[in-house]
Amino acid sequence: MTLAERGLNMTDTRALARRLRGHALRMTHLSRASHIGSCLSMADIMAVLYGAVLRLNPARPAWPDRDRVIISKGHAAAIVYATLAECGFLPIGELDQYSADGGRLSGHVTMTVPGVELSTGSLGHGLPVACGMALAAQRASAVWRSFCVLSDGELDEGSNWEAIQFAQRARLDTLFAIVDYNKIQSFGTVAAVSDLHPLADKFRAFNWGVTEIDGHDHPALLTALSSGPIIPGRPTAIVAHTVKGKGVSFMENQLLWHYRNPDAAQLATALAELEAGA
Amino acid sequence: MRTETIDALTAYARGAPDVMLLTADLGYSVLERFAEALPKQYVNVGVCEQAMVGIAAGLALTGHRVVLYSIVNFPTLRCLEQLRNDVCYHDLPVMVIAVGGGLAYGPQGYTHHGVEDLGIMAMLPNMAVACPADPLEAEALLPQLLDRRRPAYLRLARSGEPVLHPAGTKVTLERAITLRSGTDIALLATGPILGRALAAAQTLAARGISASVLSFPGFRPLDQQAVLDAARGHRAILTLEEHMVTGGFGSRVAEVLLAAGLAPRFGKYGVTDALRGQIGSQAWLLDRLGPVEDHAMALL
Ligand SMILES: [Mg+2]
Repeated sequence: MTLAERGLNMTDTRALARRLRGHALRMTHLSRASHIGSCLSMADIMAVLYGAVLRLNPARPAWPDRDRVIISKGHAAAIVYATLAECGFLPIGELDQYSADGGRLSGHVTMTVPGVELSTGSLGHGLPVACGMALAAQRASAVWRSFCVLSDGELDEGSNWEAIQFAQRARLDTLFAIVDYNKIQSFGTVAAVSDLHPLADKFRAFNWGVTEIDGHDHPALLTALSSGPIIPGRPTAIVAHTVKGKGVSFMENQLLWHYRNPDAAQLATALAELEAGA
Repeated sequence: MRTETIDALTAYARGAPDVMLLTADLGYSVLERFAEALPKQYVNVGVCEQAMVGIAAGLALTGHRVVLYSIVNFPTLRCLEQLRNDVCYHDLPVMVIAVGGGLAYGPQGYTHHGVEDLGIMAMLPNMAVACPADPLEAEALLPQLLDRRRPAYLRLARSGEPVLHPAGTKVTLERAITLRSGTDIALLATGPILGRALAAAQTLAARGISASVLSFPGFRPLDQQAVLDAARGHRAILTLEEHMVTGGFGSRVAEVLLAAGLAPRFGKYGVTDALRGQIGSQAWLLDRLGPVEDHAMALL
């Protein structure tokens, strides 16, 4: 069942997003880990997806009819574990063990954590696997859907374009690729490093249905994520325009926060900002 | 051996609708027999080995056993990280069938010489690695690897390899097969190069040297007991492989011997850097390494 069916509503996905951001900030602070900016840009996507869209059963992670989600940007592990903990797949208290010695919450997403479908961390792996899942659903005429969350930087990887080509030819219309288009990648802006623009047109040229939305707009996310394929019989790309570091003023649009972790004072400031934005 | 293997796969998959065959647009005139018999279990994904392995992982995570087919380096080296992370780390039932193993496509040039695949595949977690010597071994190994429901690599040569074993020979991944028993030297072979070992044993016999010949269908797991028994029963061991001698079959055998404190006279017959860039038939290229019997004699 969706979390919405468990009593959440759209106001709650905003509250959920705030909690996810708070968890990710605390986790990166405690572990001194990188990638908080990448986590914050996709917090709203995760909150709406897990809070209001996906059909999952945290008590039965392997439920065969569940929707599948692959987080291909595996470096955003903190927000993924935070989301799964909020959904009930693992104890919230375990989040303190992020990247800790002997723990199971590795700095890149791993399938040893309940609710994770695929270990990721090397970019460009997720979408082909999501294609395989969507192909399996098609073969079984199943109703569950396959979602893959990608970063903009990882679209440099050729394996994604192999999958994008395959998905349209195979008519994988239960496949949804969500691009967290935060315009920053490892060495600078996406425009400067790889010049991905025009991204939506690239998907269109590959015969995908495409929608472009504000990736922090919950009603827009809900509509895009809960609708069927934009073009019948074709896969769908949701290009979500986002802000790296979204929700913490001094982290927004700053490459530095792809790497840096907040110290105690910065954490307090960040959490206060999240609270004030509530 | 590729046709026999695809026939065995077709027969297996007929009774196992969860088995799917994916190709990256290779296997013309070989895969049609499967595709025509079981069209719903066959997908040509296009020329994209990285995506093919990912798609296989996705299918395997969703209840399928998946077989991938291509020419030796393409479904292994090209997509090595997809095999490592997506398939092997997740311990998924995906089997790679590679054709053109070793120097089978010798005239096609260096891109088509598959001489690092066995060693590299055998380093991946959970991966079984099989290197059949003849059609009989290949046919027998295929269902065993599928039954195992874990990552597997099946390295084939091409077509027309002679049957080297007597009919009815029991073939398993875990056990070496003794084709000839001798006392002076043991020739341990993996893959079709077994034929050269058998021929060399004949030549050695004419020179008064008694050679054993063993075939190792399993590269991983390796039949360690057979290696140890060979070392204890002979003065010398010569390994034979159509693969780089660094990090391949001979190296694995040497590891087993060293760990057991055994030090027979030891040699490795296989591909060296001297062959890189040379083209020619499989037989012509292997002839560049010199006669097997000469390598054996040098150890005695
Ligand atoms: Mg980015």
